[in-house]
Amino acid sequence: MAPHKNTAAIATYGDHEVIKPENKLRKVVSDTPFVPGEDDPVARAERALAELSGEFGSMMDEECDRLDKERRAVLAQGFTMANKERLFHAAHDIKGQAATFGYPAVAAAADSLCRLIEYTPDATRIPARLVDQHVDAVRAIYREYSRNDAQDLASMLTVRLREVTDEFLIRENRNRPDILEQITGGPSIVPE
Amino acid sequence: MVRIDFNRLRFLVIDDNAHMRRILRTLLHGFGAREVYEAEDGAAGLEAFTHYIPDIIITDWAMPIFDGLELAQMIRQPGANANPYVAIIMLTGHSEKKRVTAARDAGVTEFLAKPISAKGLYQRIVNVVANPRPFIKTKTYFGPDRRRNPNPNYVGPERRKGGKADTIRQTALLEKVRAPG
Repeated sequence: MAPHKNTAAIATYGDHEVIKPENKLRKVVSDTPFVPGEDDPVARAERALAELSGEFGSMMDEECDRLDKERRAVLAQGFTMANKERLFHAAHDIKGQAATFGYPAVAAAADSLCRLIEYTPDATRIPARLVDQHVDAVRAIYREYSRNDAQDLASMLTVRLREVTDEFLIRENRNRPDILEQITGGPSIVPE
Repeated sequence: MVRIDFNRLRFLVIDDNAHMRRILRTLLHGFGAREVYEAEDGAAGLEAFTHYIPDIIITDWAMPIFDGLELAQMIRQPGANANPYVAIIMLTGHSEKKRVTAARDAGVTEFLAKPISAKGLYQRIVNVVANPRPFIKTKTYFGPDRRRNPNPNYVGPERRKGGKADTIRQTALLEKVRAPG
């Protein structure tokens, strides 16, 4: 495939250049307003996603099975660099995808497990029981999602998990003030 | 709402999670995109970038071999590839301030936190297509201008991280108002 040729306007200053590349994508933009009744692309994409939603349950099954498999590996071998990373990624993927799959309450428990792994300086000190409790919580919240009180139970469970995790992390990071600040830090700065 | 002709845009989705790639592909096709290429890790993503020369890259952060941050740094090498100015949207479950700053400093154009929404993704695409920022090149940085909201009232040295200060006098808004004529 032939490469694009870039043309750019460059202004040079003492310590930097300001470059305005040719905006080759401008040609795909128009200001023509959407007419009433016309399908807007966001609605169309949401519909396409809704059509896929029949498969979200099996996708979530796979992600929970993967988390369970990585938990078993950690419990069998102890934490190693490789299995720690795989367990983190499995939890991290659930944290990021649970809401899209229709199970937002699962994300908080997975997030707590991510924090536990990410902020513990020596993973071998993480109690196996705490890993177990997180993975079991993720799976239980997902499994019981159709219950009327599922949201309340999930909330109670994850609040407690988070408390126990924070106590552990604060203890393990007592000599790392920058990490302590991140653990107890402010909310995300990313816009919705 | 800005109208975008998606079927004239070429996308590259890089994510090690097959489910997330499928969701992204579904959303992009829903917007009207036809050309959506995929890669499952940073190395395959770099190869696909060189081969397909996409207009927009949507990449995950945490991936095997090398991650989305390293991928962005490799792409933002002026003269080293066909399009170092390519728009890079970082889609990730990481949303902490230090992560966002690290992504910005690696040359990422837009940051989108999971869970993904059609609206959020559409807005990021509109931003990179309709309102591209200029690029800044210093000794230690090459990428989109990290100042999204320049202060028109700023008076003082024009400084860029990683280089010697160069003084550029900027007129304060108040002075402009007071100036005769």
